[in-house]
Amino acid sequence: MEIFGMILIGIGAAFLLIGSIGIYRMPDVYNRIQAGTKCTTLGSFLTIIGVGVVQPEWFWKTLIIAIFVLVSNPVSSHALGRASRKKRISLYEKSVVDKTDEFTGQQK
Amino acid sequence: MAITIFIFIICAGLLICILRMVLGPTMADRAIAMDTATTVSVALLVLLGLFFDRYVYLDVSLVYSIISFVGLIAIARYLEKGI
Repeated sequence: MEIFGMILIGIGAAFLLIGSIGIYRMPDVYNRIQAGTKCTTLGSFLTIIGVGVVQPEWFWKTLIIAIFVLVSNPVSSHALGRASRKKRISLYEKSVVDKTDEFTGQQK
Repeated sequence: MAITIFIFIICAGLLICILRMVLGPTMADRAIAMDTATTVSVALLVLLGLFFDRYVYLDVSLVYSIISFVGLIAIARYLEKGI
């Protein structure tokens, strides 16, 4: 059981490192939101659940923390992306299509 | 022994996030880097609680995640329409 928890913590730590490298490498605000949110949500979920598996008395509290991270992290990233879109921060110059004005009906 | 290696891996990711927070061109980049850094450090706090065998670190990480969520919502409101 302890080895299984260690494997979970290892996979989670690898996902956290990959998400951080994605934050550094990506060229644009929106690409950074993509890289950062998905990788760190899965990585922190696996790491916290892995700690609960290694130490079985702590399992319910780690489950509460993991579910809270799983709910709150996409919400805050969505709020940041929506705010930076309304602020009209420009896209990466190799971006192909942008239909935000067409859908929302705003004029520039 | 394996926990030490995992703690070093997560700390390397945290340092890369802080580098983007220093370098970031706009304010939204810094806010997103701070979002990622808080999520990484919640996982790091839980793992440090396993490493030092202290149950209190779970409470610390739970309160830290709640406060970072509220602060990021406030930063997003400020970016969108000002105070």
